[in-house]
Amino acid sequence: MDWGSLDLELIAMQLFSGVALGAVFVMLALGLSIIFGMLGIVNFAHGNVFMVGAYAGVFVMERTGSFWAALLLGPLLVGALGLLVERFLIRPLAGRPPDDALLLTFGLGYVLVEGVRILFGSDGLPFATPEELSGVADLGVGFFPIYRIFVIGVVALVLVTLWVGLERTKLGLIVRAGARDPEILRVLGVDIEHLWLWVFGLGIALAALGGVLAAPMRSVNPEMGNVVLGEAFAVTVIGGMGSLLGSVVAGLLVGIVVSMTALLAPEMASIAMFAFMALVLLIRPQGLFGKPGFGV
Amino acid sequence: MGQGTLSRRTLVAGMAVAGALGGIGRARPAGAAETIRIGFPTPVTGPFGAEAKDQVRSAELAIKQFNDAGGLDGRIAELLVRDDKLNPGEAATRTLELIEKDRAHFIVGALSSAVQLSVNEITRSRKVLYVSISQSDTINEAKDFSRTTFHEALNPHMTTAAVAKHTFKKGVKVAYLVADYAYGHEMLRGFKRAAAAIGAETAGEILHPFGAADYSTFMPRLRSMRPDILCICNFGRDQANSIKQANDFGLKKVARIVVPVLLHNQRLAAGPDAFEGVVGASNYYWRLEDTVPSAKAFNDAFRAAYGGAVPTDYGAYGYAAVRSLLMALKAAGSTDTGKVVDALETLKYDVAKGPEHYRACDHQAVQSVLVIEAKRKSEMASEADLFKILEVEPGSEAALRSCDELGHRA
Repeated sequence: MDWGSLDLELIAMQLFSGVALGAVFVMLALGLSIIFGMLGIVNFAHGNVFMVGAYAGVFVMERTGSFWAALLLGPLLVGALGLLVERFLIRPLAGRPPDDALLLTFGLGYVLVEGVRILFGSDGLPFATPEELSGVADLGVGFFPIYRIFVIGVVALVLVTLWVGLERTKLGLIVRAGARDPEILRVLGVDIEHLWLWVFGLGIALAALGGVLAAPMRSVNPEMGNVVLGEAFAVTVIGGMGSLLGSVVAGLLVGIVVSMTALLAPEMASIAMFAFMALVLLIRPQGLFGKPGFGV
Repeated sequence: MGQGTLSRRTLVAGMAVAGALGGIGRARPAGAAETIRIGFPTPVTGPFGAEAKDQVRSAELAIKQFNDAGGLDGRIAELLVRDDKLNPGEAATRTLELIEKDRAHFIVGALSSAVQLSVNEITRSRKVLYVSISQSDTINEAKDFSRTTFHEALNPHMTTAAVAKHTFKKGVKVAYLVADYAYGHEMLRGFKRAAAAIGAETAGEILHPFGAADYSTFMPRLRSMRPDILCICNFGRDQANSIKQANDFGLKKVARIVVPVLLHNQRLAAGPDAFEGVVGASNYYWRLEDTVPSAKAFNDAFRAAYGGAVPTDYGAYGYAAVRSLLMALKAAGSTDTGKVVDALETLKYDVAKGPEHYRACDHQAVQSVLVIEAKRKSEMASEADLFKILEVEPGSEAALRSCDELGHRA
């Protein structure tokens, strides 16, 4: 390797790429983390919901010609599908061992992939970067695609909205209480089933939003969720299952770890994430922000 | 089975009936000629599914044409397609099944180089004729070769030499982004060999994990190498994703992007803007019909069979492999492996892209290599008008590595 060209500019650029990639990882992990944190369900269909989100984006884009409509309507459509799944598939499993819901979502993932293959074919579909967001920006230390900077902005906006919603509203208070002790909440007269329905829908919509955001960066195809599921799990496990703050910190850290590995030992870039996960789990088995003993 | 509704006796009786039915299905009326069965393992699902499905469609067209023309003295052929899932172990199992259980006479197929070698292991040990349609240099080499091994696809040596000849110049700096598995390594080796002969310099090389979805973290370093040419050696969706992201990062403004093999389906999947101006080799592009009569005939038959669609690069491999095999069968007048091997060794065929033949020492198909460039959107006359043909390198044994170098002793 040619170490001579490893200058500060390149390292700064690589760090920024890591943060940008980390923002994508945060987006991927959020939905998974919210559903697990509130409902205790490990959603194995998460990666494929991400994929369906990208296809929903293509679907809306083809009909309206507007990326902004796709960005808004895609997640809403898939979120609505999530509501139906919670009401008619997840809820009947209430009170049964958590493995049942896990298996259900695992199977659901396959159904989603096959459904998309039937509706859209098994080849990839193009999704052009929106005109107003294409091109590169000069960051002083190097060039970076404007679209990826936009993605960082959207993820930040989603995080602020979620934080305000959970920490500063009455509804958020109820949701947090529901995650801690659903029984007490039920005794207090809160319709907790109704609450879970909407939390599940939100988690699904977030996964789908991740898919629409990823579509202009990657090719849209029925298998695009496979890699994502592993990445999302690694991030949530590192952050601590069910911890939102954990997902954010872990997502950014993983992005930086992957990026720096790509600079120094590129062929190890994919493994770096999982090596990092193993390391974190050795030191803190519950993840960075997880509560000890919390989990399935 | 704790319910007791399905007793062992019922089960045994059921199995007996199923066995008898199977027997009926297998019995052939006396006098009717046995169908010629061609086993076709290829990864119809997964990341190379688009290319694999084109192989199947074109192979089926070749079978149909053979049967419509009366088959082998009335014996018709059929294609037995199996999903190898892009996995060498799976491919070996499916191939063994095709030979032992389905009693396939011949095997054609595979798309990934590692999988093809695994199929070849099986066919070689069972002395079954195999025509590979996956890009590979190794299969030509003496250690993997056998008398029943044929290779219709181009090999990395041929494609990289053609692309380098057209794009590399003395003193230009080339940066390589390479998928970290057999295909990428073979392509890199081919390019570096050609670069050394031409006098092009290596600005640097980065190996990326196979199947990576995000290439953003490789871009700053590639850019810092200040290359004149960015050479991306990967396949399938990796090609679409990496070219798309290199374009997003503005690399096309500072370097020319070249690839060993420019794929029809990946260009379709990524859209015209991402691929615009990218140069690569190909075994086949449908616009060859403007100059080559057999390409016109192949396209017309394909259009008629598949609602006006045009065949793709990997489709042409499937077609040429099955057609040449069936031609050899007719010449041999039999399905006997030894006789068909002899016939295939001496066959001159022109089924889709001009004259081809299998070289004697390694059974590599000697054929033309196209150098093509992806068109910009405004240049496209139709949805399928994807590429400009820059060059057609005529087929010649001189373009292959010598029999000696491959370890074949006369």
